[in-house]
Amino acid sequence: METIAQMFTLPLLLISFRYATPLILAALGGVFNERSGVINIALEGMMLFGAFAAVYGSGVTGNPWIGVLYSIGAGLAFALILAIVCVTFKADQIVVATGINIFASGLTIYFLQVLYGVAGTSPRAPRLPSIRILGMRYNPITLIAVALVPIVWFILFKTPWGLRIRSIGEHPSAADTLGINVNRYRFICVLISGALAGLAGAHLSIGEFSAFVREMSQGRGFIALAAMIFGKWHPVGAFGAALLFGYAEAISIRVDFAFIPSELIRAIPYVLTIIVLAGFIGKAIPPKAIGKPYFKGED
Amino acid sequence: MRTKVISLIVVFSFLVVGALAGFAQPVEADTFRVGIVYSEGGLGDLSFNDLAQAGLMRAVDELGIEYGAIEPDSPADFNPALRRFAERGFDMVIAVGFLQAEEVIEIAPEYPNVQFAHIDQAHEDLDNVTGLIFAEHEGSFLVGALAALVSETGTVGFVGGIDSPLINRFEGGFVQGARYIDEDIQIESAYADSFNDPSRGREIALSHMDNGADVIYHAAGATGTGVFEAVEEEDQLAIGVDTNQNHLYPGHIIASMLKVVDVAVFTAIEDAMAGELPLGENVVYGLADGGTGITSLTDVDEEQLAYEEGLIDEDELEKIRELKDRVTAPHAERIEEIKQMIIDGEIEIDDWSETGRQL
Repeated sequence: METIAQMFTLPLLLISFRYATPLILAALGGVFNERSGVINIALEGMMLFGAFAAVYGSGVTGNPWIGVLYSIGAGLAFALILAIVCVTFKADQIVVATGINIFASGLTIYFLQVLYGVAGTSPRAPRLPSIRILGMRYNPITLIAVALVPIVWFILFKTPWGLRIRSIGEHPSAADTLGINVNRYRFICVLISGALAGLAGAHLSIGEFSAFVREMSQGRGFIALAAMIFGKWHPVGAFGAALLFGYAEAISIRVDFAFIPSELIRAIPYVLTIIVLAGFIGKAIPPKAIGKPYFKGED
Repeated sequence: MRTKVISLIVVFSFLVVGALAGFAQPVEADTFRVGIVYSEGGLGDLSFNDLAQAGLMRAVDELGIEYGAIEPDSPADFNPALRRFAERGFDMVIAVGFLQAEEVIEIAPEYPNVQFAHIDQAHEDLDNVTGLIFAEHEGSFLVGALAALVSETGTVGFVGGIDSPLINRFEGGFVQGARYIDEDIQIESAYADSFNDPSRGREIALSHMDNGADVIYHAAGATGTGVFEAVEEEDQLAIGVDTNQNHLYPGHIIASMLKVVDVAVFTAIEDAMAGELPLGENVVYGLADGGTGITSLTDVDEEQLAYEEGLIDEDELEKIRELKDRVTAPHAERIEEIKQMIIDGEIEIDDWSETGRQL
C-alpha cells in the first residue's frame, strides 16, 4: 500500500518534467516533420550533436545561453542534411536518418578527441542557471519546452500555415494543386524539428549537467518518437505521453518496488506504445503520405 | 554490365593490395608485441580504460614493447578486434573489461601460442589466459566505512552503472563497510542501467539526497559524473572510483576508491615477457598488495599533480586540502586500522559477485 501511495505524489510529478523535457522538445519537432509527411528517426543524432555543440559553445564563450544557440544551430545543420537529401533529392528517409544517427555518434567522439583530447567525457562548461518552482529545481529549457506545447498546437491547428502542413502530410498532390509548395513546407518542417531536437540536447548537456559524455542521449530521441506516436501526432498528446514516460522514469528511480526490477518499470512506456500502435487504445493513425517523397506531377 | 565488371575489378584489386600489405608487414621476432582491446566507453573515461593505457605506455617506455590498440565502438567489435591481434601473431593480447568474456573464451583456445590477459574477468580451464581481477569489495569496504564515519544524517548512498556481478562487488563492499561502522545505517542504493548517462546519475543522486543521504559513492563510469554534479548542487559529499577523482569537483569529493589497473597491466606484460605470466590462473589484486585502496585522507600530494598539470587552479587545490583537513583527516587513523584488519583477515568481506546482493 505504501508503495502505491509513494507512486502518486506531487514531487514525483514535478520531477517527471525534468526527465520529460528532451522528450517533449524532440517529440514536438517530430510532430512538425511527420505531420508534413517526413519521418525523422534522426532526432536521436540531432539531440546528441546538439548536446555536444551546447557544451562547446558554452565552454568557448563562457555563456551557456550561447551554448543553447549552438545546440539549435547544430540541430539545424543535421536537419539541413536530412532536408536536402530526403526532401530535395528524395532519398529514402529511414536510410538517411539512420546514417545521420551513426554519423552523430562518430562525429561527437571525433570532436571530443580533436578538441579536448579525450574520447569519453568533455571538460566542464558553464551550465544554465536553475530556477526553483514549487521547491523543485528546473533549468530554463524545461520551461521553454512546456511553453512550446500550446504554441505548436496553435501553429498547427489554428493557422493557415499549420493547415497547409497537415494537408501536405495527408495528401500532398491535392495540396500541390492548390498552389502549396509541398517540398518547401517539408523542408522548413524538418529544419524546425532539428532545431528542437538540438535544443533537447542542450538540456541534457548544459541544462541538467555541465559536460558532454559520449552517447549521452541514450536513446531519448527514439523515446521521443515513441512519445509522439503514443500522442497520436498531436502536440498536446505528445506532451502527455512524454510526461508519462518521464513519470515512469521518476517512479523507477524514486519508488522502491520490492520485487519489480527498475528496468521493468522503465519498460512500461514502450509496452504502452506498442499497445497503442496495435490499436488497443484508440487508433494511432499516422499522416497518410508519411515517408513518401513527393514528386510533382505524379500520383 | 560494364560498370559491374569495373566495380568487381576495383574491389578485387583492393583485396589484393590489402592482402599484400598484410604479407609485407615485417614480423620482427625480437620485439615483444602487445595488442590491447579496450572496453566500451573507450579512452577518456578517467577510469579503467585510461588506467590500462597508462600501464601499457609504461611498458612501452620501460620494457621497449611494441603495441597495437583498438577502442571498440560496440560489443560487436570485440571479436574481430581480439582476433586481429591474435591472427597477426602478437605475443600477447590484453582484453579490458568483463564485457569481452565470451569473446576471450571463444578465441583464446584457437591461438594457443598467444598469451591472453583479461582485466576484470576470472577465467578457468583456459591454458593461455590469465584473469587479472581486483578485490574491489576490499577498497569499497574502506570507502563505505569512511562514508559512515563522515555522514551526519546516518544515511549514505550508492549509485551503480549496470547491475552486474562486477558492480555488485563494489556495492557489497561499500554496504558492508558502512554497516561495520554503524549497524543501523540507512543505505540508499540504485543502478542507472548505463555507464554513459550522467543525467540519470544526477537524478538518482538527487533522489538519494532527498532521502537523507549526505555521502554518495558511485561505481558508474561517466554516469557517476552526474552524481558529482548533483552533490555539488546540493552541497553534499561524494566518493570517486577507480582513479583519483578528487580533483574533478573540488571540495565535494572526499576520497576515491583506487583500483590500480595500470600496475596490473604493466606487471602482466613484464611477466609475459619473462614467460612467467600465470596462464590458466587468475591474479587477484587486493588491499594487501596495493591493488585496490583509497586515496590519502590527510595530504594532497596526489592532487598536487593535477594542479601541476593545470587541471585545477590554486583555489581548487586549496578547497581539496580544506575538505581533507576538515572532513576526512580525523578518521584517517580509524580507516588505517580497518585496512590493516582486512589485510590480516580479521574482517571478512563477502564478495557480492559471488553471494548476490544482500541489502
